[in-house]
Amino acid sequence: MSVIWNFPLFTVVLSLFSGVLCMMLPARRARNYTIAYESVLIVMVSCVLGYTIRTGKAFTYPMGEFPAPWGNEIRAGVLEALIALLFLIVLLCSVLAGYRFLRKDIDESKQNLYFSLLNLMTAALMAMAWTNDVFTGYVFLEILTLTSCGILIVREIGRTTLAAVRYMIMNLVGSGLFLLGLVLLYDISGHLLMVPMRESLARVAADPSSIPVLSLSVGILTIGLGIKSGMFPFHFWMPDTYGWATPTSASVLSSLVSKAYLFLLFKIYLRAIGIDVLRQTPILKILFILGICGMVIGSVSAMRASTINQMVAFSSAAQIGYIYMGIGLGTFAGFNAALFQIFAHAATKSLLFLTTPCLAEVSGDSLKFRELQGSARKDNLAGFFFTAGSLSMIGIPIFAGFAAKLMFGQAAIMTSAPYKILLVMIALAVSSVLNAMYFIRTLIRIYSDPADASKSPWKNRYHVDKSRVGYIAAGLILTAGNIFLGMFSWVVSDLIYRGLGMFL
Amino acid sequence: MIQHLLANYEEAAAIILFAVGFSTLLFHRNLIKKLIGMNIMDTGTFLLLASMGYIRGRKAPIVENGVREVSAYINPVPAGLVLTGIVVSVSVTAIMLSLSVRLYKRYHTLDLDDIYVLSKHEKEDR
Repeated sequence: MSVIWNFPLFTVVLSLFSGVLCMMLPARRARNYTIAYESVLIVMVSCVLGYTIRTGKAFTYPMGEFPAPWGNEIRAGVLEALIALLFLIVLLCSVLAGYRFLRKDIDESKQNLYFSLLNLMTAALMAMAWTNDVFTGYVFLEILTLTSCGILIVREIGRTTLAAVRYMIMNLVGSGLFLLGLVLLYDISGHLLMVPMRESLARVAADPSSIPVLSLSVGILTIGLGIKSGMFPFHFWMPDTYGWATPTSASVLSSLVSKAYLFLLFKIYLRAIGIDVLRQTPILKILFILGICGMVIGSVSAMRASTINQMVAFSSAAQIGYIYMGIGLGTFAGFNAALFQIFAHAATKSLLFLTTPCLAEVSGDSLKFRELQGSARKDNLAGFFFTAGSLSMIGIPIFAGFAAKLMFGQAAIMTSAPYKILLVMIALAVSSVLNAMYFIRTLIRIYSDPADASKSPWKNRYHVDKSRVGYIAAGLILTAGNIFLGMFSWVVSDLIYRGLGMFL
Repeated sequence: MIQHLLANYEEAAAIILFAVGFSTLLFHRNLIKKLIGMNIMDTGTFLLLASMGYIRGRKAPIVENGVREVSAYINPVPAGLVLTGIVVSVSVTAIMLSLSVRLYKRYHTLDLDDIYVLSKHEKEDR
């Protein structure tokens, strides 16, 4: 057993330890410590990724003294390592870029608690990436929900508390359904570890009379995770949640938390239920339709938004629709495109959510479109980052969004089902046009002449002070990641394919 | 149909409890009632789990009088899951109660619709 086998567990344990430690540190030290330990985690996860690529095999790490199928396990393959790496990089960028606003939004005596929550959330994200046991997935899913609520309410204004309550209620409904679905699947299969559960369910599904019960169980579980991840028609909590949170929280919630739920869904579908059983149920067809509806209706809602954060939040609902559409295709190319979209969306959405507060800062602290006129000309860097994110969302070549859309189109063609090809192509075209309409409209507004040009001259336009260094570094990393995903999509896509191969 | 329900009365009761809790959590406007609904919903799931692990005529999985045969005891895993679930449920309830207190202090009501209307009239930066 190589020492690298211990790293996945270390990432969880170290995060839990850091969560407790940050409670005792002053704010600035807690922040510096978080940045340092997350960098260490990035190195560890990179080692795991390199190891799994080199050996071409995933490894399982037994937890406790009981072996499979009774004990608990951690499993690390290429896909788990890639997702964990994405989570950590985006988390690090969010901390780097959002700290300036954190100091404004949160009382200094509570800032260390924010980092404490963020570290506990990292533990949950890592555990959900590595776990090989569905009930462990549930436990860390609840920890993720609690910490998400924590990083939301830490900005103590009435709207965030209300947003947190609504977020929690929807998440509790989702968790309840997920747990019920899980319990029903355990009742049917008798296992909680993913592979024994899949083998048992395959035996059960051989009898056609069991399909309705299986469909019901998987359906309940899917609706639970769908509500939590913001699937259409359960996406209405997103604008308030993302719109009123402090920028780091908005970035983390939209880019990571919803993606962790989606990745858990992928794991359960492919490793615990099995694609053959899944294809016998109507779930994939329903997800395909809901995904397409989400793509269009999310974009229409974004066009009607009154603030830039609401627009970006509704755009998230549309982008999550893409992921569900990819899952609904029910092929490996579809899963590959959906997983790639997780990467593209995480890199883009975090960039947008970390940039909008900078635009607001030079517009009288308002996120309303009217007030944002000319903001990109007052803060050129924020304008550049917002433009890069917007172009990716629209699907302009060289950016990640384009590669994702191309993959969805190719995946649809590979199904050879005419109605799927037609629906996907129409949905991609409509969604892209709608994306272009509201993002280009926003770009025109932020690059127009400022309405108050006489009152606030552009002397601050190239203003770079020490507090902005973290923001600039994070913006550059995320923009570079976006372009890398767009230009070298085949590298990531190949790794995802390898990871999917190891899943089975 | 009725016969099946009677034969599996524990599971049927669990699902009814879940449905009652689920609808209360989703449709009630009062925050405390929503919380009660969440707890009823969780209780339904725990009852389902507990009934699943119970095997008639067997004992709790604690070794007594040196009897080590598996056939003498019920399945211990669902009981462990229920305990874990209870811990999660208590934590979530605590957080939700603290949020309710915070909202009540600010808006002097626990009706979510009223709170929403009141919050819309607030002027807050960003």
